[in-house]
Amino acid sequence: MKAVGGFLRKHDLAGILVLAAILLVVLPLMLDLFRLNLVGKYLTYAFVAVGLVLCWGYGGVLSLGQGVFFGLGGYCMAMFLKLEASDPASTKIQSTPGIPDFMDWNQLTALPWFWQPFHSFTFTLLAMLLIPGLLAFVIGIAMFKRRVGGVYFAIITQVIAAILTILIIGQQGYTGGVNGMTDLKTLHGWDIRSDSARYLLYFLCCALLIGGVFLARYVLGSKLGKLLLAMRDKEERVRFSGYDVAEFKVFVFTLAAMFSAVGGALFTLQVGFMSPSFVGIVPSIEMVIFTAVGGRASILGAIYGSLLVNWAKTFFSESFPQLWLLFMGGLFIAVVMFFPNGLAGVLEQHRVRIGEWWRKCAGRLRPTPAVPLQRENHS
Amino acid sequence: MNMTVQPISNQVVLHVEDLTVSFDGFKAVDKLNLYIDRNELRVIIGPNGAGKTTLLDLICGRTRATDGLIRFKGRELTKMPEHQIVRAGVGRKFQTPSIYENLTVFENLEISYPGGRSVFGALTFTRTRAVTDRVQQIAEQILLADRLQECAEFLSHGQKQRLEIGMLLMQEPELLMLDEPVAGMSVPERRQTAELLRQICKGRSVIVIEHDMEFVRSIAHKVTVMHQGKVLAEGPMDQVQADPHVIEVYLGH
Repeated sequence: MKAVGGFLRKHDLAGILVLAAILLVVLPLMLDLFRLNLVGKYLTYAFVAVGLVLCWGYGGVLSLGQGVFFGLGGYCMAMFLKLEASDPASTKIQSTPGIPDFMDWNQLTALPWFWQPFHSFTFTLLAMLLIPGLLAFVIGIAMFKRRVGGVYFAIITQVIAAILTILIIGQQGYTGGVNGMTDLKTLHGWDIRSDSARYLLYFLCCALLIGGVFLARYVLGSKLGKLLLAMRDKEERVRFSGYDVAEFKVFVFTLAAMFSAVGGALFTLQVGFMSPSFVGIVPSIEMVIFTAVGGRASILGAIYGSLLVNWAKTFFSESFPQLWLLFMGGLFIAVVMFFPNGLAGVLEQHRVRIGEWWRKCAGRLRPTPAVPLQRENHS
Repeated sequence: MNMTVQPISNQVVLHVEDLTVSFDGFKAVDKLNLYIDRNELRVIIGPNGAGKTTLLDLICGRTRATDGLIRFKGRELTKMPEHQIVRAGVGRKFQTPSIYENLTVFENLEISYPGGRSVFGALTFTRTRAVTDRVQQIAEQILLADRLQECAEFLSHGQKQRLEIGMLLMQEPELLMLDEPVAGMSVPERRQTAELLRQICKGRSVIVIEHDMEFVRSIAHKVTVMHQGKVLAEGPMDQVQADPHVIEVYLGH
């Protein structure tokens, strides 16, 4: 099983190039704007999935509450956009003009103090990263220093997801409640609903995701990545090699939370609203399923997993809306039972055979097999 | 019967005094005193359930003492977290080989190198010449130099045991504790391990738990016999083997 480390290093760069080509060239040429926007939405989940690869696939820390961080990132962005959409001119029919519409509906007469700083875009960007990061840090310290792990940790993250959902729905005067924050229009006067903005946001999302892949790859390639693998295997040994295991778990959990938050913020920008339905238990579990299907030990696998499962979700819920959840559950059970390393694991297992098949195809296409083509397949 | 052997003061590196641990009233280790000298190789023997492994667990912080003190080079260990005990210079090998099966032999040793132990340190850790040299040197010592790039899960049982000893040596501990290092090894492997132990106790103190009396005889400087959480006898091998109490509870007739 040298595969994990070795495969990553050798095939990663080529893999990232292929991913970049698919995302930046193939999909934009193939799909209309509506579908491309959907892919952009799926990609925001890929951020969460990459975070889960770090935290769950490598660190062995299963979080069933990534929706919390996705949601917090998304809500931070939504608060900024909502404030911009609620200028006095466009809200003059309200009893208190200049505050978001849902506040007015809930008899609020002034903007709450914690909304004030979200007038600043710089603050919003910082808050989008730091609030989820800080929450994950605090949860991490509280849990990992006490050596809470495994199933217990997973349950606690579920509880936090449930609590945050209830909080958002219950405090609808401050949060928009169950409807979430809707009618987001412009960012510094730039209409995010226009066609050009949607294209631009899609490419921004891709660029950030690829940047995230490089960051994750750096972390996993460092000694810290090896330590995470070592911890998953023999936590006690790592501790008795002089490492504070909790510190590393806190780090990787916080990093995963920040990945999720960036995904959430990009979700808000591309989809144009944020609601509690992306925060709670079900979306959080779905995010784990994307990662498991793609391969929890593979950064790129998790991205393809997110794309594939979400594409299937859209496809099936368009055709058989009632069956989707059952299908998703079945998919998860099947993956865990038969392909514990997901698509990336299957690919790795059949790498040799795929290589031969590829060579045969290439040979059939050209009488003298092109050398670079073969080598490309191996490097 | 000599319950405590008074140490030669400036030589002692580890003091264990009145150490007690009680699990729901059962005293696994009971008012135990133990003194280990610098550069000493001490073997602890005793019947199953005598508290030998618990004693090592207490020293390395895996189990917390109910009472008593453990002083290592003047520092009190009973309240320190495990990783700091390790950093203070105590290394512990577990009974079953505890290595990272999904990493290579090289990486196993590299992770144990005392450097880059914080989060930031691990992120920025680079494989310097000093690290590779040290890995190479230890690998030669544990006879695994030709298998450095191999995945650790493909090693034999004896090789895994040696690899774990090597990982501990990477940490340069001043006190090394080994729990049944030759359990499950073949006779030639035992001989290799005995030779290795003789080498590594130069410049550090070593505590070994062992059942195999022949192996004990081949390595021990001094033997401590434990029974029901207490020290039953202590001294050179011949003296201990002739002790009637020891024969009764452990060695048999």
